[in-house]
Amino acid sequence: MRRPPALRIESHPILEFRRGREITFELDGRELKGYEGETIAAAIHAAGVRVLRRSIRLGHPRGFFCAIGRCSSCLMTVNGVPNVMTCVTPLEPGMKVETQTDKGSVVQGAPPFGGEPEPSSDAPNGMPSHAPLAIVGSGPAGLSAAIAAGALGVESVVLDENEAPGGQLIKQTHMFFGSKEHYARVRGVDIGGRLVEELAPLPSTLFQRTTVLGIYPGPVVSYLRDGRHGRLSADGLVLATGASENMLAFPGSDLPGVYGAGAVQTLMNVHGVVPGERVLMVGAGNIGLIVAYQLLQAGVDVAAVIEGLPTIGGYHVHGAKIRRAGVPIETSHTIVRAEGHDRVERTVIAKVGRNWEPVPGSEREIEVDTVCLAVGLSPNCELALMAGCDEAYVADLGGRVALHGSNLQTSVEGVFLAGDASGIEEASTAMLEGRLAGLAAAESLDVELDRDALAEMRAEAESGLAALRAGPFGERPRAGKEKMFSLRSSAD
Amino acid sequence: MEYRRSGVLGESDLSDRVPPAERAAKGPVVVIECVERIPCNPCVAACPRGAITIDGDINERPEVDYETCNGCGLCVSACPGLAIFVVDASGDGDTATVTLPYEYTPLPEVGEEVVALDRGGREVGAARVRRVVNTKAMDRTPAVTLEVPRELYMKVRHFRRRSG
Repeated sequence: MRRPPALRIESHPILEFRRGREITFELDGRELKGYEGETIAAAIHAAGVRVLRRSIRLGHPRGFFCAIGRCSSCLMTVNGVPNVMTCVTPLEPGMKVETQTDKGSVVQGAPPFGGEPEPSSDAPNGMPSHAPLAIVGSGPAGLSAAIAAGALGVESVVLDENEAPGGQLIKQTHMFFGSKEHYARVRGVDIGGRLVEELAPLPSTLFQRTTVLGIYPGPVVSYLRDGRHGRLSADGLVLATGASENMLAFPGSDLPGVYGAGAVQTLMNVHGVVPGERVLMVGAGNIGLIVAYQLLQAGVDVAAVIEGLPTIGGYHVHGAKIRRAGVPIETSHTIVRAEGHDRVERTVIAKVGRNWEPVPGSEREIEVDTVCLAVGLSPNCELALMAGCDEAYVADLGGRVALHGSNLQTSVEGVFLAGDASGIEEASTAMLEGRLAGLAAAESLDVELDRDALAEMRAEAESGLAALRAGPFGERPRAGKEKMFSLRSSAD
Repeated sequence: MEYRRSGVLGESDLSDRVPPAERAAKGPVVVIECVERIPCNPCVAACPRGAITIDGDINERPEVDYETCNGCGLCVSACPGLAIFVVDASGDGDTATVTLPYEYTPLPEVGEEVVALDRGGREVGAARVRRVVNTKAMDRTPAVTLEVPRELYMKVRHFRRRSG
């Protein structure tokens, strides 16, 4: 018999939630409680509120979707300032939060919360104005690039918009695969910390809560830090900007309660808040299977995992864990619609026939309050494109990707890619690609390096990558990278 | 391969993963239900007796020397796929034991009666919790040993608590 879970997770098999002090804030004049340091959207969700704003034209209810500051679903007015991304803004005591129903209007003279506005300078808040190597993103790829370059004595500045380093690793409660050298058996949540530790003695500085706005010729990195704009010029640049979740459109896909898988992970594993009581997971790749398992661990009921393809895309072992816990996996099924008043209350799924059309008569209703979409990722290539990198559409890498060679060099001199930004794959390959990008970036600088050490590190990373990509699950990234490298060399 | 569609291994998928019945009748022994070629090898390092090997590249499947294996169970918590179990069909009675990884809270109590589930999450009978091991070295993957009807030791791979 299942007791409906309280929205805040009190006991978890893997994680311990150390919450800040309890504070109060206002939502549309109503006093609510939250914890200092969690995001506004997480606090509102934990209070049972699902609607964060209304769409401008039709007034449709909107809740959060991506929980990582990339979709605009969570925009609310905070302390008089409109269009605040509540999913990435920390809650402060006494905040006045309002549901927004229009585009919002800037209140004249209202200071940005968190501090008084100051004239822009080239280097706000401890940031240098120049670095030999600038690295955008402190996930596994970015940190690994800093470590590799640092091991050769090359100084780097790492910029990342999130609260803490580690990228998506901070939400991965499961043990990693691979080999011992690449943190096999270590939980994702612990790997980020280990990388930061490995980086600590090296000549690199991490700047979190720093959003990179653009890349200009130089390269010059334009960023926002503590509400102030700054510019960092660099001799070499590694873009380790990761990827964003794909969306699936269906009637009701815009209802509060339809969340990306990453958003559910953020809510559960970072903020200790469950997304709902009963979830339909769409997508049986590794992410869908893993997040379904994490939902079970958080005490949430998973009604089913559905997958449009005829086979499960992820590792069998990830599927096996949830099947033996009684979660059905329905391949060749798709979601037809989600329904409910102001939030998801039920869904309709159907078998998928030829041409991806739902098979008439196969519709089934599944009552859930949450739909989790795990339908793939696309590389974040905006900064690379802005830097002038040539691009190509390579389906096996996840879509539009900046052209790059096997040393991760793009078509722009001094600009390198690593991790999911260079093609959707794994954290293990992101770490190795990060190393290669860091080594190549160091090599491109006009400085003296230990060439033997560089060659050794490069050979080790290359053979590690080849081993990780050798099996059947590596076929797709291998094919994607092969296509990419041939496009890159023919572009010269 | 049906398991690519269902997520549940069938007898034929497991045929080369099953310890010989005579060995299981002698004492605890490992069952590694790892059938796919994925890049992974922590089980090899976890075994203090070297009973688990992976030949060639790390995508190869682990092989077990069942005579070297003494069923200590250290590998159960080492497998990132939670695909390693220890079974023991020795003893004269009509029960056997299955040790499985269990990453949920709360952990069951020793002596508790639970509902035994198979690889498809179907109820196959009742089981009694014999042992719960959760050491620091296991890094939050506790191992639960269940006493099950003897004929079910290659079927029971999970359980559900009865408490409401």
